[in-house]
Amino acid sequence: MSETYFTKEHEWVRIDGSTATVGISEHAAHELGDITFIELPQTGKTVKQFDVLAGIESVKAASDIYAPVSGTVSAVNDGLNDAPEVVNESAEDAGWIAKLEGVDAAELSNLMTRAQYDEYLKSL
Amino acid sequence: MELIFEKSVTGRRGVRLPASDVPRAAALPANLLHSAPVGLPEVAELDLVRHFTNLSRRNFSVDTNFYPLGSCTMKYNVKALENAAGLFAGVHPMLPLLPGGETHAQGALEMLFELGGLLSEITGMDEVTTQPLAGAHGEMTGVMIIAAYHRARGNKKRYVVVPDSSHGTNPASAAMAGYEIITIPSDTSGDMDLELFRQAMTDEVAAVMMTCPNTLGLFNPHIKEICDIAHAHDALCYYDGANLNAIMGKVRPGDVGFDVIHLNLHKTFGTPHGGGGPGSGPVGVKEALIPYLPVPRIVKTSEVDFGIETDRPLSIGRTANFFGNFGVMVKAYAYITMLGRAGLIQVSEQAVLNANYIMARLKGYYDLPFEQTCMHECVFSASRQLKHGVHAIDIAKFLIDRGFHPPTVYFPLNVKEAIMIEPTETESKSTMDAFIDVMIEAAGQAGHNPQALLDAPLTMPVSRLDETKAAREQHVCCVDY
Amino acid sequence: MSYCPNTPEEISDMLAAIGAVSVDDLFAPIPAALRAKSFDLPDGMSEFEMLRQMQYLADRNAKHLSLFIGGGAYDHVIPAVVDHLSGRAEFYTAYTPYQPECSQGTLQALFEYQSVICRLTGMDVSNASLYDGGTALAEAAVMAMRATGRRKLILDGGINPYHRQIVATYLEDQEVEIVTVTPGTGIADRAALMAALDDRTAAIVVQNPNFFGTLDDLSDLAAEAHGKGALLVASVYPISLGMVKSPGAMGADIVVGDGQCLGNPLSFGGPAFGFIAAKKAFIRSMPGRIIGQTVDRQGRRGFVLTLQAREQHIKRHKATSNICSNQGLCALKGLIFMASVGETGFAELARLNYDKAEYAKERLSSIKGVTVLNSGATFNEFTLVLPTPAEPVVERLLHNRIAAGVPLGGFYPHLADCMVVTVTEKRTRAEIDTLAEKLQEALWN
Repeated sequence: MSETYFTKEHEWVRIDGSTATVGISEHAAHELGDITFIELPQTGKTVKQFDVLAGIESVKAASDIYAPVSGTVSAVNDGLNDAPEVVNESAEDAGWIAKLEGVDAAELSNLMTRAQYDEYLKSL
Repeated sequence: MELIFEKSVTGRRGVRLPASDVPRAAALPANLLHSAPVGLPEVAELDLVRHFTNLSRRNFSVDTNFYPLGSCTMKYNVKALENAAGLFAGVHPMLPLLPGGETHAQGALEMLFELGGLLSEITGMDEVTTQPLAGAHGEMTGVMIIAAYHRARGNKKRYVVVPDSSHGTNPASAAMAGYEIITIPSDTSGDMDLELFRQAMTDEVAAVMMTCPNTLGLFNPHIKEICDIAHAHDALCYYDGANLNAIMGKVRPGDVGFDVIHLNLHKTFGTPHGGGGPGSGPVGVKEALIPYLPVPRIVKTSEVDFGIETDRPLSIGRTANFFGNFGVMVKAYAYITMLGRAGLIQVSEQAVLNANYIMARLKGYYDLPFEQTCMHECVFSASRQLKHGVHAIDIAKFLIDRGFHPPTVYFPLNVKEAIMIEPTETESKSTMDAFIDVMIEAAGQAGHNPQALLDAPLTMPVSRLDETKAAREQHVCCVDY
Repeated sequence: MSYCPNTPEEISDMLAAIGAVSVDDLFAPIPAALRAKSFDLPDGMSEFEMLRQMQYLADRNAKHLSLFIGGGAYDHVIPAVVDHLSGRAEFYTAYTPYQPECSQGTLQALFEYQSVICRLTGMDVSNASLYDGGTALAEAAVMAMRATGRRKLILDGGINPYHRQIVATYLEDQEVEIVTVTPGTGIADRAALMAALDDRTAAIVVQNPNFFGTLDDLSDLAAEAHGKGALLVASVYPISLGMVKSPGAMGADIVVGDGQCLGNPLSFGGPAFGFIAAKKAFIRSMPGRIIGQTVDRQGRRGFVLTLQAREQHIKRHKATSNICSNQGLCALKGLIFMASVGETGFAELARLNYDKAEYAKERLSSIKGVTVLNSGATFNEFTLVLPTPAEPVVERLLHNRIAAGVPLGGFYPHLADCMVVTVTEKRTRAEIDTLAEKLQEALWN
C-alpha cells in the first residue's frame, strides 16, 4: 500500500497513480465521538488543496473536512450515508470519504508523514 | 409514558364545539377535499388532562427546582405578570392598522410605547423596537440595521468581529445579514485579546459584537476602548444583552458607546421561558440608527394618543408578523413597573452577590480558569475531575438526582469541560448552600467513586439517553398509531 | 420589591465568604468612568397597584368588537383545558430541554406536537416550532435555497403581504433573486409562475388559501416545480386542513404556517408560533430545534433534542439558521388544542368555518353593488368588491363596533375597493346578519 499523508486538520490521503483516497484520521474520528452524518461531496466537484471537501457531524460537533490535495471528486463512499459509524470503526480504511482524480503527488510535500503526524498529535 | 396517540380510541370525544347556526354549504370541489383522516388523537377531556398533567411532572422547572443555568437567567417568574398579560388576550393586532382603528387599541399601543421608553432608559439607548420575537431574532434585526446603515452611507463592509467566547447566535445572526465572521481569541484574563482585535480592525469591518459581562461572567475593563477602536473604523458596536441582569443601574451600554443592543425580556425581565419560548428580543439603537428600525413603528400622536407609522423609507422592513411577542412584553412591562428603579438595581446587586458567593464556596473543589470577581455568573472547569474519568456532563447528571437542574455545561467553548453557574438574584442562601453541598459531594465522588457519577441519573423517568441513535435514526414524528 | 430573598444577616455572611466588605466591592471591575449616567425610572409598586395600572391600559382597548378581520391573526375558540394545562408551572417555568432526563415532559409534548404537524401537513418531518407564520416562511425560503443550492425564488403575490415583507427583509443582505408574481382574482396565475420558473429556481412559494381567501389545488405547481428541480413551498392555514387536502398530498416539499389559530389568543399579535414541516430528504436543511425519539440505557423510550449539529450553538455562522429558541409553550398550546378537539372535532371546526364564511359570503354579496372577487372556492376568508373605496366603509363600520374586514388598497393599490372578510366559528349568524345590515347602510344610506 502506498504511504499515508496527513494534514494539520486531521485528514489523510493515499495516492495511487493519479487517484487519491481521502478520509479523516483515527485521532479525529475518536475526538469527534460517535459520528452521525457525513456530508459527502458531489462527484465531479473540483477542489484545491485545503479547500472544504466535505462535512462531518457527531452528536455535539460539526466540522469541515478539507481536501488534502487538489483534484476532482471521482467517487464517494456512499455506504457512509446509512452507516456513518464505519468512520469510527475504520477511519483510515473502510471509512474513506472520497476519491479524487487528477491529483499531483507534488502537493504531498505540504503534508505530514505518519511519523510527523504522530509527533504533531503529541504537540497538541 | 404512552404517547397521546397511543391513548386514542376511535369515536372518543374531548371538547365540544359550538353547534352550527347557519345552513350547511355546498361541498368543496373534490380535488380540494382530503380523502384520508388527519390522524389526530381521540381522547376524552379527563384523559387529556391526565396526559398533560403527568407529562408536566416529568419536567424540572423554576417553580420546582433550582435552575442555575448559566447564560439563561432562570429567575423566579412572578405570578402577577400572568394576570397582567391575560388582560390583553383578546386584542386583534390588525385593529390599529385599519382606518380609524388606532383608537380601539390605545392601551396596547401605549404599553408598547412606554415599554420602549423604559428599556431605552435602562440601556442608555435612544429608541427601541419591540418587534423582534426572541434574542436571536433581535440580533439578526440589529445586524440588519447595521447593514442598512452602512449601505445608506455607501460604506463597503464585509466583516463582523466577535470574540471566541460569544454566543453562537452572534456569528449566525451576522451571517444571515450577509457578513463574514472574524473570531478573536480570548486572552489569559478571559477577555477578548485587545491586541489581536486591534490588528483585525480594518475599514471593512461593519461591527463588533460584544457580550459584557461576557459569557465567562467577566466585565471587560477595556470595553470603552474597544468601542472607540471600532468607531475609528466607522464600525458600529453591538451589545448582546443576554447578561444585562448583572449591570442594571450600574452600567448602560449606550453610555459606554454601544450603538445597537438587544435585550432578552425572558431573561432579565423575568418572563417565563415556557420550555424554550416564547422569548422577546427588543432592539435599542442610538439616534443615527432610528431611521433603519423595522416597521411598523409606534409613535405618540398627542399627550395621550398613540399611533402607527409604516412609511419609513430607510427602514429594514418588517421582521415579524405584527408588533412582536406582545404578551411577553406586557409581563416585562409589569415586572419593571413593580420593581421600579431601586428594585432593578437590587436585582443586579443580588445576582452578582449570589454568583460570587457560589464561586467563593466552590473554588476549592473545581478549577476556576479565570479567578477574579465575577458578575452574575461564574465558570468552572471539571478538568480536575476529568483526571478520574468524570466529565462535566457526569456532574450535571449527578445534580439531577439530587433535585438540581444542572448548570450550563460545555459553554463557553473556550473553557474545557466548562460548568457555567448563574444562580440569579431570586435564590436564597439556603437554596444555594444546598446546591453547593451537592457540588462538593460530586467533586468528592469523582475522586473515590466516579462510577456513581457515570451512572447518574437514576431517579428520573429515564436514564441517560442514546443521542447518537436519535441523530442517526431521525425518528422525529410518530407514524405508527 | 425585587423578589430577592436574602436577609441582611445572610448577605453579610455571604460577603464574608467572598472576602468582600460590601456589595459595591463586587462591582469594582467596572471602571468608574463607565458607570451609568442616568437610571431615571419610576418607583416600584405592589402587584395590586401594578394590576390597577395594567387594567387602566387594558381598558383603553375596545371590548366587544365583532371581529371579521384576519390578516394573519384569527379569533378562534380556545378550550379551557388549553390554558389550564399549558399553565402548569412545570411547563411554563422550564427552560429549553438541554438536559433530557429532567425534561421528558417538554420533550415528549414537543415530539407529539411534531407528529401532529406532520399528520396535518402530510409531511415526514417537523421541527419543534418557529416564531410565527411570516418568519417561518422566510426560514422556508432560506431552507429551499440551501436544499437546492439555487438562489432564485418565485413568490406568488397572493401570499400575505406582511409575510412577503418579512421574506424580503430576511433576504435583503443575501444574494437572492426574488420574482413576485402579481396575483389574479382566483388561484395563483399559472402562466406567470411558469414563465418565471427555470432551472435556477430554488422554489415556487405560495399560500393556500391565499391572502384573498381562495383555495387552490397545488398539485400541478408541484409537478412543474419538480420538473425543473425546484421545490414547492406552501404556507397553509392549519384549520383549513380539517377538510382541505393536505399540502403533502398536493406535492409540496416544505410546508409552513402560523399556529396562532390553534389554541393561542390574539394577544395583539403574539406570542403564538409558526410551524415548518418537510419531506424527510430535507431534514438537515431544516432550521431550529428538532426532537427525536431514542432509548435510555435500559432500553426505555425517551426523547432528546436531535440533529443539533445543524444549529448555531455548534455550527455558529454556518448554522442552518440563527434561531436559538422555539415557541415551546405556544406549540404546546397548539398540541393541547388539537388533542382536545380531536379528529372529529377538528373536521367539525373546519366545516363550521367554511359554512359560516359561505353564509356570510352569500349574505354580503347580495347587497346591491357588492360582488365577490374570488373566482374559486374559499375557506373562511373571502374578498368583497364594494362599489366605493373600502377604507371609509371599514372606518364607518368600526363606529358600529364591527371590524368588518381588511381593506386591500394599502397592499394592492388596484384593489382599493376591496376588503377581505374573515368568518371564524366564533361569529354567530346574528353577528353576520348585523354586519350585512350595517354594510348595506354604510354603502347606501
